[in-house]
Amino acid sequence: MVEYHLRTPISEKDARKLKIGDMIYVTGDMFTARDSAHRRALEYHDAGKELPKDLTGKVLFHCGPLVKKMNGGYRIISAGPTTSMRLDMFEDKFIETFHIHVIVGKGGMGPRTTAACNKFGAIYCAFTGGAGALAGKTIKLVKAVEWLDLGIPEALWFLKVEDFGPLMVAIDTHNRNLYAEIAKQVVENKQYIYARI
Amino acid sequence: MLDAVIENTAINLLKLAVTELPLDIKQGIKMALEQERNDIARNQLNTIIKNFELGANTNTPICQDTGTIIFYLTVGEKFPIISRLPQILKRATKRASEIIPLRPNAVNPFTNKNSGDNTGKYIPFINWEITSGDALKITAFPKGGGSENTSTIRMLNPGLGIKGIKRFIVDTIILAGGKPCTPVILGIGIGGGTDIAIKLAKKALLRPLSRHHAESEVAKLEEELLILTNMTGIGPMGLGGDTTVLGVNIEYAHRHPGSFPVAIAFQCWAARKASAKISPDGRVEYLTHKIKGD
Repeated sequence: MVEYHLRTPISEKDARKLKIGDMIYVTGDMFTARDSAHRRALEYHDAGKELPKDLTGKVLFHCGPLVKKMNGGYRIISAGPTTSMRLDMFEDKFIETFHIHVIVGKGGMGPRTTAACNKFGAIYCAFTGGAGALAGKTIKLVKAVEWLDLGIPEALWFLKVEDFGPLMVAIDTHNRNLYAEIAKQVVENKQYIYARI
Repeated sequence: MLDAVIENTAINLLKLAVTELPLDIKQGIKMALEQERNDIARNQLNTIIKNFELGANTNTPICQDTGTIIFYLTVGEKFPIISRLPQILKRATKRASEIIPLRPNAVNPFTNKNSGDNTGKYIPFINWEITSGDALKITAFPKGGGSENTSTIRMLNPGLGIKGIKRFIVDTIILAGGKPCTPVILGIGIGGGTDIAIKLAKKALLRPLSRHHAESEVAKLEEELLILTNMTGIGPMGLGGDTTVLGVNIEYAHRHPGSFPVAIAFQCWAARKASAKISPDGRVEYLTHKIKGD
């Protein structure tokens, strides 16, 4: 397993060097966005409105963090990934519009996102679902939070991370999707399982 | 006095549940790692182990989704303050949400408004069982949303028999893939009616991994389903491997001659639960976790 340590901003060129099965750790700027934030960001874009912060080159994390308010600021306590498939309907346009090159989530994404990863040079990485304490430990700072009216899990959290990972590259820029490849294998395995029933 | 003991115990149970996995689950995951042959799967299991150890050592919720708050109560008929329990547990949930903290996870389906403190209509949900004696047993069972989303019930054709159950379960786990945060524990509820089967499936998750059903025929089916579901190759987080299911627990009820309900409750590897027994004199005995400092 090849291991890379990357720093943001992560460019299209950086993303195109990686392939499924590579393991990466990221240091730098990351932001969280779930369903409502994806929807609103794209609505803002369609209406010609500026986002509160530039997203270019930052890592997009599918996550609704567990947050504690302290000393007038916020601290991220636990922050594992949420199911990425719910965001598949937004992601191709999101990648294109906001110049995203690294996405982190769990459970994988579909053909539309895979095609956008290929076209615009982005990778999708799996962070182990449920490993929220470990993720929280590598989140060093909450730089800003926007759209808190969406609720804490759905808001845009801008974070500073240090060696965030391990992240498994699961969709690369070469049209390979590890989840799709495993799913195909699983369907083949089903006939052997049925034969034993 | 007893009100305060119950409230504080419930808060402790929620904290134990979300920060430290029970021993049977920790052992189950470590045993799975020993047998896992796939490198990516081993990497995922190692991350899971590192994470739950970090959670326990630093009192940090292992997963940011601290779930929908559910309690299972076994109430002795002579326990003194039964009717106040819902109120006490609601208060405990609110305080626990702030102290631990828990992620606010109670949303009104119509207004989409998050209550902010994990309470709301029917939430925390309480499952009641009345028993003899004078003690109260509380199990805190915060249930994550990812694994809840793949839980299923189907009314099988009774003619399909046990073979039908096996196929349904294999089909369902393949459909779910890595979405419920595999490796999972499967709670299977068979018989009764739709509501009963689902209740039994969830209740089956309370039984430790290491303990099979008391009836040998049911225990045999649990073993067989464990082997069959692990032949899928889904692996931890759906990234491939030998470890898809850590355990299968079945509970059943007698069925209507014309129906054959089978429910599957998925439980992610972060199988959080904690129990304690409270006596009427206020003594508390923790059943699933060692209390630090004891």
